[in-house]
Amino acid sequence: MSDALLYLNGVTVSFDGFKALNDLSLIVEDGELRTIIGPNGAGKTTMMDVVTGKTRPDSGEVFFRGTADLTRLDETAIANLGIGRKFQRPTVFENLGVFENLELALAGSRSTWHSLFARLDSAGRDRIAATLERIGLAERARLPAGALSHGQKQWLEIGMLLIHDRSLLLLDEPVAGMTDRETEETAALILDLARDRTIVVVEHDMAFVRSLGAKVTVLHEGAVLAEGSVEQVQNHPRVIDVYLGR
Amino acid sequence: MPDAAWGLRFWLRFSLAGAALLVLVPLLNRGVAPDSPFALPDYLVPLFGKYLCYAILALSLDLIWGYAGILSLGHGAFFALGGYCMGMYLMRQIGTRGVYGNPVLPDFMVFLNWKELPWFWWGFDHFAWAAAMVLLVPGVFAFVFGWLAFRSRVTGVYLSIITQAMTYALWLAFFRNDMGFGGNNGLTDFKDILGWDVHLPSTRIGLYLASALGLGLAYLVCRYITRSKLGRVLMALRDAESRVRFLGYSTTNAKLLVFTVSAVLAGLAGALYVPQVGIINPSEFSTGNSIEIAIWVSVGGRGTLVGAIVGAVLVNLAKTWLTGAFPELWLFVLGGLFVLTTLAFPQGIVGLFRRLPRRRAREAAAPPVAAEEQA
Repeated sequence: MSDALLYLNGVTVSFDGFKALNDLSLIVEDGELRTIIGPNGAGKTTMMDVVTGKTRPDSGEVFFRGTADLTRLDETAIANLGIGRKFQRPTVFENLGVFENLELALAGSRSTWHSLFARLDSAGRDRIAATLERIGLAERARLPAGALSHGQKQWLEIGMLLIHDRSLLLLDEPVAGMTDRETEETAALILDLARDRTIVVVEHDMAFVRSLGAKVTVLHEGAVLAEGSVEQVQNHPRVIDVYLGR
Repeated sequence: MPDAAWGLRFWLRFSLAGAALLVLVPLLNRGVAPDSPFALPDYLVPLFGKYLCYAILALSLDLIWGYAGILSLGHGAFFALGGYCMGMYLMRQIGTRGVYGNPVLPDFMVFLNWKELPWFWWGFDHFAWAAAMVLLVPGVFAFVFGWLAFRSRVTGVYLSIITQAMTYALWLAFFRNDMGFGGNNGLTDFKDILGWDVHLPSTRIGLYLASALGLGLAYLVCRYITRSKLGRVLMALRDAESRVRFLGYSTTNAKLLVFTVSAVLAGLAGALYVPQVGIINPSEFSTGNSIEIAIWVSVGGRGTLVGAIVGAVLVNLAKTWLTGAFPELWLFVLGGLFVLTTLAFPQGIVGLFRRLPRRRAREAAAPPVAAEEQA
């Protein structure tokens, strides 16, 4: 065991004989910004599924802060430990307003009983307003989230992670489907966020990965192929072979 | 914003609708000369009372189907369980006036040669006990059923199917004489409720008023839940359940709570229904009954509380008329209604009316349009 924030050791997940993760070991330190790249089917999304409790590994250990065994907890419990996740496809609550989406994500008690009697206080209202400003959706607070453009939904989802006070954020392809300008803004937002929390970004877009300038882990066939700075990884012969070269 | 849900405008409308329900029927029945064209004959009073019970039942289904996206096709079972609890109380009130004149045992038990009252009939001679059971039996049953289903993440069509299986199983069970609930014939031949003769017009007015109050209460409970933060959690999980879990909410608990509340309301509806129709038998558990409730809700407007009430009353008015005038047509009309609403106006009758002002608002072009849905 280590005192790393996120510790995966020998994690294997197989679906009908196909090994989505094959003896994967990965350590993310507290406060780190990490990008994970890899070709399709390399196990990036499965890795996130394992960390967030959606998928149970067949073998291996997954620990958060060295003590919480994530293989034994469900999604709700893991989320309440402070691990947030943004999905590949933006999933906001389309029939609720932008404001209500943030209200549900706002840090606070998650108990069903509490939800039944909860009242939004002015501090909460202020936080929502501040977050709306930050993600550029203040004008659209009253719109149903389903009416937002693709890029705006991505931002709303990031806003929902922001307002929740998570110590670890997992972002699955946060700039998928964004325009160049939106991608730049998102990179700036992530770098800003990374100052006071740990972030793991899974991404295909190499320009975006470069702009984050963080430590890169390359996954291939469910295991780590290489790790290092963007330059080191890009010059790694096997990485060029399986991924960048194509 | 959530406070607007309980503003003056709401209470004004609620009181007006409530007063109309409470005053109109008794007034036309008791306050108008019987030969007047406006007079409401005595036999229609329990019929209206019955519609109000159906409206409560529709509300209870709408709460979980319209808001949480859980289509229960077994809600008739909770209604029937509540009805049986009330029926047991009414049976015990018969006393020595039964055919066999046994002061303790209902007629069917004497007929089956039973010597003493089964333990689960104990206490039902007291109204307070029966009233508690009306709420507790469906509630506890739904809690256990829901806990098993939601914990195992049974959702969507699979949940609908197991709720159908649940009501079917209860139907078969209640048919058995050994169950101790009167078998095929069920419980009937009631005499008094709280000392009043159930056949008297004044008692029927009283039962009608109780149903109207029950409907008002059920509406307020549903409105409170759907307008609370929990209501927004429910709507969120209806659209993207796993996302709600990743936000840290226990969707199992949220669904379980609302499923239980919904079953309690259905039980209340059943308890108000039984003294007005004078019988409860296993046919109330039939699978078709539970499906009909879903049709009321979808015709009226799923996901709007008013819609559930409107749908239940209108579809049952049509049923009363058609099963009298063209009995062979009714099932075709019912099926046709369901297909038509699903295809042509998925928001139901209420949605049809709401589209008009909303379109006008859009033409006035003043975005952003509030997405607040009314209930």
